[in-house]
Amino acid sequence: MKVTIQREYDFIEYDVDMQDATLLELLDKIKTQQDNTLAYSSGCRSSVCGSCAVRVNDKEVLACSYKVQEGDKIEPLKNMPLLRDLVVDMQKSLEANKRAKTWLSSYNSEAKLTHEDEKINELQSDCILCGSCYSACPVYAVNEEFLGPFALTGVWKYVSDKREGEPKEKIDTIQTNGVWDCTLCNECTVVCPQGISSKADIEKLRAKSSQFGYMDPNFGNFGGGFDSGFGFDGSPSF
Amino acid sequence: MKTDVLIIGAGGAGLTAAIAAKKAGVDVVVLTKEYPTRSQTCMAQGGINAALGNVAADSIEDHIQNTLKSAHGLASEEAVRYMCSEAPATIAWLDSIGVCFSRTADAKITQRKLGGASAPRACYAQDYTGLKILHTLYEEALKHDVEMKNEKLLLEILTDENGVACGAVVMDIRSGSKESYFAKSVILATGGYSRIYDKNSTNSVKSTGDGIAVAARAGAKLLDMEFVQFHPTGLKNSSILISESARGEGGYLLNSKGERFTNELAPRDEVSRAIYAEMNKGEDIFLDIRHLGEAFIDEGLPQERKLAKLYENVDPVYDLIPIKPVAHYTMGGIEVDNNSQSSIEGLYACGECSNHRVHGANRLGGNSLLEIVVFGREAGENAAKRAQEIASHATASAKDDFLAQEFTQELDFYTLREELGNLLYAKVGIVRRESELQEALGFVKECQQNLTKMGTQESSLRYNTNLIEFLEFRNMLDASEAVITGALARKESVGAHFMAKE
Ligand SMILES: Cc1cc2nc3c(=O)[nH]c(=O)nc-3n(C[C@H](O)[C@H](O)[C@H](O)COP(=O)(O)OP(=O)(O)OC[C@H]3O[C@@H](n4cnc5c(N)ncnc54)[C@H](O)[C@@H]3O)c2cc1C
Ligand code: SF4
Ligand code: SF4
Ligand code: FES
Repeated sequence: MKVTIQREYDFIEYDVDMQDATLLELLDKIKTQQDNTLAYSSGCRSSVCGSCAVRVNDKEVLACSYKVQEGDKIEPLKNMPLLRDLVVDMQKSLEANKRAKTWLSSYNSEAKLTHEDEKINELQSDCILCGSCYSACPVYAVNEEFLGPFALTGVWKYVSDKREGEPKEKIDTIQTNGVWDCTLCNECTVVCPQGISSKADIEKLRAKSSQFGYMDPNFGNFGGGFDSGFGFDGSPSF
Repeated sequence: MKTDVLIIGAGGAGLTAAIAAKKAGVDVVVLTKEYPTRSQTCMAQGGINAALGNVAADSIEDHIQNTLKSAHGLASEEAVRYMCSEAPATIAWLDSIGVCFSRTADAKITQRKLGGASAPRACYAQDYTGLKILHTLYEEALKHDVEMKNEKLLLEILTDENGVACGAVVMDIRSGSKESYFAKSVILATGGYSRIYDKNSTNSVKSTGDGIAVAARAGAKLLDMEFVQFHPTGLKNSSILISESARGEGGYLLNSKGERFTNELAPRDEVSRAIYAEMNKGEDIFLDIRHLGEAFIDEGLPQERKLAKLYENVDPVYDLIPIKPVAHYTMGGIEVDNNSQSSIEGLYACGECSNHRVHGANRLGGNSLLEIVVFGREAGENAAKRAQEIASHATASAKDDFLAQEFTQELDFYTLREELGNLLYAKVGIVRRESELQEALGFVKECQQNLTKMGTQESSLRYNTNLIEFLEFRNMLDASEAVITGALARKESVGAHFMAKE
């Protein structure tokens, strides 16, 4: 099977004798038998650690759960600095979690979580921080400071949790470079290996923001200047 | 760089230690060779034990007795009592920082029964228990402003002229340069060593026993390294874990003739040996859950269906799943005292790399996640206390100049790594014989002597994973040596260590 992999300066084609293998199995074989210099990341081999996200034929996948096909073109994630070959630097994207305060700020010990309450943010807490959504999000091309899909999903996880005693503080935090900067294009949802829709979470956060008295800043400027259309796709967002 | 408490490893144990030390009021730095959320802790599915009695009667005393029984007399009763008594408060703490545990209809944390437990005792978050605990700890550490440094590989523990730990040398994986960190106390939380069995292990590829090997080279004592727990149901080709709940819910084990041959609900070591004996007769072994039905499988075992399809090309709703027992958990590790301190003063250890004497010869499912949080906190608090009592930092320079040698690349370490894994599986695995242990030891020693004939093809230092894997291989050899010498010294069969007649 022939595949091309983006290396430091160029695409390189590898011919590997393998069938019905995951991309990670193929990378392991190249690394140990053909070309020791190839760099990529892996850990669990079972889609839970989020190490092995790459792009295949322009779409984000987990190498350990993608069955590699003849002619595949393999590249690193976008929107993050390249460290080497298929490895990118996640530092900045992960710092979005800190800026967005994705944690339980104040524990409301009175809250009683039932089986039904648990379902409210079960999906959001399945996030493996693989960075696929961040790579797919077009907003970074114009705003590097955007908090981005996984961090905002993380915020919704806590805002929607009855145990969070200060949801307002979270909503305050995500007004700038946050919920209103998303174009609701849905690219993040399409690539998430865990079936999470950050777009949907962002819409819920917008609705919550409105409840707390915040307004879509794009409405105010609509028709105003060059930037104004950005972040607003013409349809109601919630 | 200087800090009060330096923690190496950012899995469940390392992050809990970091939060505890930070709360005690000292400066903390956590290093990991990956990113915190990629640590193996994310892979745990089954649950975390605590005698809450939320769905059926249970008691801390029963938890203690079940744990001691499984340990085959090799655990410390005091340590087990402490861990089990702390369990309910530990779950309450995890709940208070936001872990999304599965709930009962009346708003309690729900529980399920894992092997060896006399009651449903394991709290869980669907089949993502480890993932949700690890991520919540990570977020709590962000909240407390814990300094985390990613992609740094531990090379060496530094000790001052009195033999007291005072820091560590690490390699920054991104640049390939060495960095020294000085600290008043150092905590190792680097995880287990099951990857010495290479592909015959459920573990993350990063569980290469680094912290244990590095600590031993610095003079720390190791304890009970021969105890390696084999999980009966790893997928045959990839060794990816099929959860014990598949058998707990009524799955059968079958041989090639379609016969059941053992009690599926016996302890892990017994089931693994029964499967291994069949395999030695030339049988292929399968897990059969077809009779549980599609609806049940999709609701209760969704990950297992996905993984069986992906890695074995079988759909468990209609097909048998090919399995084999594989290395899963390592009970042995760095010996520590009641304060989680190793035999080197100032060097602490917690989590799977340590041996707090709570698992003895066999760990109970659900007790490891409990251990990493209970003793992670202990290690963090004790290391912080020590740091507060010490006036100033000591410094020392590196002693281990392993990479300064000349490497000739006559031998390919990737080939040897695979050979090591297969050899250990066959000869230092589920059933052991003295002559075979000797043979394996010979191979390990030869590899150790030949390290300079290996080395790496890739010479650039920048993000050189070839070099990282070579350094990990060296650690795997040292961990393997400790496992085999431990096994040779323990003549009688006990728990996970089973000696057969020649
Ligand atoms: C598939 C699977 C399922 C499991 N299910 C359960 C379960 O249901 N219940 C249960 O109780 N237990 C379970 N376990 C066991 C449990 O998950 C582990 O024992 C536990 O998570 C270990 O945690 P830890 O913090 O000690 O180590 P890890 O989570 O392995 O973390 C080790 C850390 O050290 C870092 N590190 C390692 N070497 C170096 C180095 N040289 N330099 C710098 N950093 C380094 C790593 O990057 C990582 O951050 C399971 C294990 C597996 C593999
Ligand atoms: S939301 Fe999905 S795509 Fe984004 S980091 Fe989490 S798991 Fe990955
Ligand atoms: S929906 Fe929003 S967050 Fe998702 S990719 Fe589009 S712009 Fe980015
Ligand atoms: S290796 Fe962990 S997600 Fe792929």
